[in-house]
Amino acid sequence: MCPRTVCTLAHVFESAGLATVVLTPMREVAERMKVPRALHTRFPVGLSLGKPRDHDFQHEVLSAAFDLLKEPEGPVITEFPVHIGPTDGEPLVCPLPPRLNRELHPAVDEAQALKAAYDRAYQKNQRTSIGMQINAAEVPEALAKFVRIVDGEAWDTVGIPDGRMYSTVHDIRCYYEELACELAEGPIGPWATEAWFYDQTGAGKLILEARRVMRDNGVDQSTWFGLAPAGRE
Amino acid sequence: MSVFGKDEAAIGKFAASVPVPEFETTSFNTPNALSEARIAIVTTAALHQEGRAGFELGDDDYHFETLPRDARDLALGHHSVNFDRGGFAADINVVYPIDRLEELAKQGVIGGVADNHYAFAGNQSDTVSEIRLDSGPQCASNMLAEGVDVVLLTGT
Repeated sequence: MCPRTVCTLAHVFESAGLATVVLTPMREVAERMKVPRALHTRFPVGLSLGKPRDHDFQHEVLSAAFDLLKEPEGPVITEFPVHIGPTDGEPLVCPLPPRLNRELHPAVDEAQALKAAYDRAYQKNQRTSIGMQINAAEVPEALAKFVRIVDGEAWDTVGIPDGRMYSTVHDIRCYYEELACELAEGPIGPWATEAWFYDQTGAGKLILEARRVMRDNGVDQSTWFGLAPAGRE
Repeated sequence: MSVFGKDEAAIGKFAASVPVPEFETTSFNTPNALSEARIAIVTTAALHQEGRAGFELGDDDYHFETLPRDARDLALGHHSVNFDRGGFAADINVVYPIDRLEELAKQGVIGGVADNHYAFAGNQSDTVSEIRLDSGPQCASNMLAEGVDVVLLTGT
């Protein structure tokens, strides 16, 4: 749980002689842990600086954080004045490719067709978060394994190593989200890529369907629950 | 049912009830002026350079990764779906504001950017004793040896 870990490290570092400032969306955790200095950022979890690609906004957050270093004593918590809610942004508009090979499942076909867009994103940014379990070229094959789960095969016979289903979906989502951030026009709003992935892409719909199938077949919740945010059906 | 990561009330309830370690006292160091301070980022977003093994799943990987100042080939090694992952995909600075620090150093607002920055996994044991007693102090020692004055901590 990140906020608890961040606040613990602040105590450890301050005890060693360093000065610290924590950015946290969970004020209650910072208060309960008596963290030396914290800026409460009312932003969606995962967006410490609030707005991706908005340099001015990020500098405003840093300025507020560094202002805490002028405080004569702590623990001290201040609140950044801007609130960003989970729906405070435009939906992600990212075109999906037409069907190319109708012999493939739509999600597998889609992932293959998006490879060039993924490659362009990687060439431009020279970074990727794919690689926890599979590489980018293996995304269509990984999705084909989820098709087999939906079609009735047991999850532990389709070729996803035991305990590695979440990291496989991490890689699939990174593939889609990284290319979408390059294809989409305009800012990337809070939770915009999550909504786009699960609501619009064939891959996201397939993973949700596989999750429902595993749930309905009595598979242990720890296997399927984290394939999508809690509360998604 | 609402989606957890998007439900601010649910997150508030969680923050108020999640077990946290007790700290009897709070150390509090006053640094040099910001314009003279060397700053490092420590994030719990489980970042690592491409090609590194990164972090293990579960809550018992308490090691930290070193992120050299010039490294931008950074991967998010955190598989949780209950935070907004798209921000980092679009811009690493939304979690790890290294380019913003470089700009502040160039403007003279801060004294300097540390040569190395560090990443831990956010998911740790409930007692967080491993990072309190082992890897956290080691990371602090590294930063002190590198002349760091101020640590900016971010998470996901």
